Amino acid sequence: MFGKLSWAAIPLDQPIPLVTGAVVLVAILAVLAWIVIAGHLPYLWREWITSVDHKRIGVMYTLLAMVMLLRGFSDAILMRSQQALAYHSQGYLPPEHYDQIFSAHGTIMIFFVAMPFVIGLMNLVVPLQLGVRDVAFPTLNSVGFWLTATGALLVNISLVVGEFARTGWLPYPPLSELTYSPGVGVDYYTWSLEISGVGTLVAGINLVTTVLKLRTKGMTYLRMPMFCWTTLASNLLIVAAFPILTATLAMLILDRYFGFHFFTNEAGGNIMMFMNLIWAWGHPEVYILVLPAFGIFSEVVSTFSGKPLFGYRSMVLATMAICVISFMVWLHHFFTMGAGPDVNAIFGIASMIIAVPTGVKIYNWLFTMYGGRVRFTTPMMWSIGFMVTFILGGLTGVLVAVPPADFLLHNSLFLVAHFHNVIIGGVLFGAFAGYTYWFPKAFGFRLHEGLGKVAFWFWLVGFYVAFVPLYAVGFLGMTRRMQHYDVAEWRPWLLVAAGGAVLILIGIVFQILQLVVSIRQRAELRDLTGDPWDGRSLEWATASPPPVFNFAVMPDVSGADAYWTIKMRARQQGLAGGEPDYRDVEMPRNSPTGFVCAFFATIMGFALIWHIWWMVAAGGVGAFATFVAFAWRDHDEYVIPAAEVARIDHANLEQRRAALSLAGSPG
Amino acid sequence: MTDATLAFAGDDPHQLRGMQQSVTHDGPAPKRIVTGYGFWIFLLSDIVMFSCFFASYAVLLGQTAGGPSGAQLFDLKSVAAETACLLLSSFTCGLASIAADMRSARWFQTAMAATCVLGLAFLALEGREFAGLVSHGAGPTRSAFLSAFFALVGCHGMHVSAGILWLLTMMAQVFAKGFRADIMRRLLCFALFWHALDIIWVALFSVVYLLGSAA
Repeated sequence: MFGKLSWAAIPLDQPIPLVTGAVVLVAILAVLAWIVIAGHLPYLWREWITSVDHKRIGVMYTLLAMVMLLRGFSDAILMRSQQALAYHSQGYLPPEHYDQIFSAHGTIMIFFVAMPFVIGLMNLVVPLQLGVRDVAFPTLNSVGFWLTATGALLVNISLVVGEFARTGWLPYPPLSELTYSPGVGVDYYTWSLEISGVGTLVAGINLVTTVLKLRTKGMTYLRMPMFCWTTLASNLLIVAAFPILTATLAMLILDRYFGFHFFTNEAGGNIMMFMNLIWAWGHPEVYILVLPAFGIFSEVVSTFSGKPLFGYRSMVLATMAICVISFMVWLHHFFTMGAGPDVNAIFGIASMIIAVPTGVKIYNWLFTMYGGRVRFTTPMMWSIGFMVTFILGGLTGVLVAVPPADFLLHNSLFLVAHFHNVIIGGVLFGAFAGYTYWFPKAFGFRLHEGLGKVAFWFWLVGFYVAFVPLYAVGFLGMTRRMQHYDVAEWRPWLLVAAGGAVLILIGIVFQILQLVVSIRQRAELRDLTGDPWDGRSLEWATASPPPVFNFAVMPDVSGADAYWTIKMRARQQGLAGGEPDYRDVEMPRNSPTGFVCAFFATIMGFALIWHIWWMVAAGGVGAFATFVAFAWRDHDEYVIPAAEVARIDHANLEQRRAALSLAGSPG
Repeated sequence: MTDATLAFAGDDPHQLRGMQQSVTHDGPAPKRIVTGYGFWIFLLSDIVMFSCFFASYAVLLGQTAGGPSGAQLFDLKSVAAETACLLLSSFTCGLASIAADMRSARWFQTAMAATCVLGLAFLALEGREFAGLVSHGAGPTRSAFLSAFFALVGCHGMHVSAGILWLLTMMAQVFAKGFRADIMRRLLCFALFWHALDIIWVALFSVVYLLGSAA
């Protein structure tokens, strides 16, 4: 009846996951109860859960990322403290539990923190920057988000029902095959990622189509803000790379469920084929994450230096070069495979070549700051912190791209330090910069600057204290994923690293504090002008938060840095201009399709993990029925009359004028 | 705002020097274009997925683990019949598209029904082939070569099955609601999907069956 599922799946003998799970469950139930009792459910359902508004979906993606960051970070704290304690002892985490923790940490941080964070920011900002009213496929956008949430949910269910993979964040065979991982851990991994992978693919198709086909009048390719370019590159990579992940995990699933022999030891299976396939996705994935971050830094640096981006065309070229070369370097993840010196040399050189466009970008940001009036706001601090940190991470990357050096450093903590250096210093700092930069656009008030800066310094210092020691122990020969060790020289470094994790923890506490304080002081932090940072691109041309239709009148772009041009013209010619030509606006209607789909996907995923076949069928039928019901709708749009558009726009302009006259005459 | 920052704000802040003048942009594309374009991108991603199965097939081709190879297993006559069914179904699918453009419900339903029957015939032939292989002890668990074969051909078969489900839904939609603009966009996507499956089959037929039985 329930397949492999029984009471034995609940880890009653392991207090850590059980207590954590219980606390989280109680917290979720309490929040749900509060929502229902306080009567917020209809609001939540109407305005958020069924929303197909790209801004709302963007916010929900980002929220998911931040919640999952807490989960992923608690795994990190567990690992750092275990390694600090486990010298000549077993520490406090048994090996089978420790293995699940490092696997879950990597999986969660990449797929459910970094990915939703950057996709959320792209969703929120790109249509605004392009001057349009929505993304290409609003309902699919909602489906994509909810499928991502499904994946995150399944990973978290594994904490208390069954187990998670013990294979590392990429389930290398033969360890991940049924023979060596007979439990449901790997199945949780594969099905979570198959489901959320579909969500990511949908988001990718949606954003590529949006950038290529939905731009406002006059928004030619070379007038797009840099963030739109990096979004395009990143989502092209999603479209080209995520199907590889889907196919590879499907092969692993076939091996595990039906006894196929893709990656098995026997009957001719080829284990190295898995490594090749997974990294053919995995390396582009790195750039899927970091390219949007590069876009964020471009926007932030240019805005807070009060200058157009230096070398815009070279930036576009560098972005697209990275997009292409990122597919030609995957083998550097396993130089030790034995492909031979020729192959290794080619991939080593390709890996060094990809550092060139990245270097071009760094110079462009530096020259953008040069000669500008730099304002050291929180987003700018994150950007400068990024430039320093990312250069170091990039340099250690070039070091491990040298095959002979890699033979020594492969799978050591040096490597762990390297990729945390680029992912934290690049992606996460970028996400935080974007979060602080666009928060006022999303919610209508700024985040508290002082607390933001404190959080930044704790993060920055904490990062160095936590990861520089890992470079050192890497050189001392410590391999990754060790549950305990007996080498005295490693101990002090690992103690320092644990201290660094505590500093980062303090940084996170300050970020939470910043959010809470900012919400409480939102009246003082209110952004009435819609342009709190003196911005340059079109998202600042509309109110904060923007009305559902984004722009009352679609902007007509006549040059790069579109909003800056509009502002300059307004300053020179005065805010004259007659009454705009307001028209009726058609907007897509809300739809529960995404949520209902995700509901059935969760049921199906859970049933597949536990081999509950009737439930799989029920989930499949439900999902198909949802699509048919969606397709059967007669009205998928509603009209906002021109008079209403005019009313909303007038109110916004009124507020803008009032705020500007309070601040003194513009210019 | 100071004069120093304003100084950078010329008409050409990115120094494009006229590059942008030669290009104009009229604003967002119409819905039909956007939908079709997005679906093309999906098809490209689907083809990337197939290419992984093709690649794994190529890697595992010789790994028969002492079991039968393609030359011993493939029955080209049956595969030729499958190919005929699928190619014909693409033709009838094209007829359905023309009928939809002409707003002829009767011809549309007829052509779609023919497409469906041909698709089902393809699936039946493929199912017979698979069943035959399994009953001769040449199932996917026999060797890595057969795993890759069943996964690649089966993945295409699953796509055809999903396509038939979609086809029936579209027939019902047109029957219930007529040729509405949104339904016409879905028909465009369906037709693209069905023809793409044909293209993949041509690759599959050449790489797996033709090269396989020659070996």
